[in-house]
Amino acid sequence: MDMQNIESQLEALKAQIEAVSKKTAENKLAMVVFSGDMDKVLAAFVIATGAVAMGMEVVMFFTFWGTPVLRDKKKKVGGKDMMGKMFGAMLPKGTGDVKLSNMNMGGMGTAMMKSLMKKKNVASLEEMLALAEELGVKIYVCEMSMDLMGFSRDEFIDYNDLGFAGVATFLAEAQNAKVQLFI
Amino acid sequence: MSNDVQVAKVLDLKGLACPMPVVKVSKGIKEVELGQIVEAQTTDPGSLTDFPAWAKTSGNEIVKTDQEEKLIKFFIKRLV
Repeated sequence: MDMQNIESQLEALKAQIEAVSKKTAENKLAMVVFSGDMDKVLAAFVIATGAVAMGMEVVMFFTFWGTPVLRDKKKKVGGKDMMGKMFGAMLPKGTGDVKLSNMNMGGMGTAMMKSLMKKKNVASLEEMLALAEELGVKIYVCEMSMDLMGFSRDEFIDYNDLGFAGVATFLAEAQNAKVQLFI
Repeated sequence: MSNDVQVAKVLDLKGLACPMPVVKVSKGIKEVELGQIVEAQTTDPGSLTDFPAWAKTSGNEIVKTDQEEKLIKFFIKRLV
């Protein structure tokens, strides 16, 4: 009788542990990159690659103005409607086109910042993106932003771990991540 | 100076800016055996606080830190 009691308690305990471990945060960083500003995206990649160095798994979710930063300058896609063509032409095409959020001064500030970064040996956005790929940072592009701006999957960069997803995918990742950031 | 610790590998991280020193040390330490020591040389002043933070989080141990002028030398024992 006692034995049965212990066994049932053990079962209940096991179920509780399972429930708790599902709620326990993983050593993971989930980041939303909303901004399409050069400095902010750079900060996002510095944190992302630094997090991998700290032993974390990293997921970045590019949405809204962050979306065009991941376009590939070399890729051309046709069949867009007028709005799509307009957005395509007006929004940056990749990391090389993005500007500083402050002191851009018609592009002069951004150019000066880039040369200063080179001089001070600070990695460029292109280098950070390549490093993130090498370190296994997972990147999702927001489907809704793509649809809104008329981007097709074919115009995004070749990146090892690139996916296209919606808010539920981000939340599923963020829910069990220790650190969540919005940039 | 460095006679009292046996260094298995030297990482030259001089001139690199954040986040490169920690990214490279996290890779470099995997190239030695557990218990062995990596000597990481940096010139980034931020690494004085960043390396201890990285070591604590990653579970490795900084056994000694030398600072001469702008050059900083970390002697890190691989524990994980």
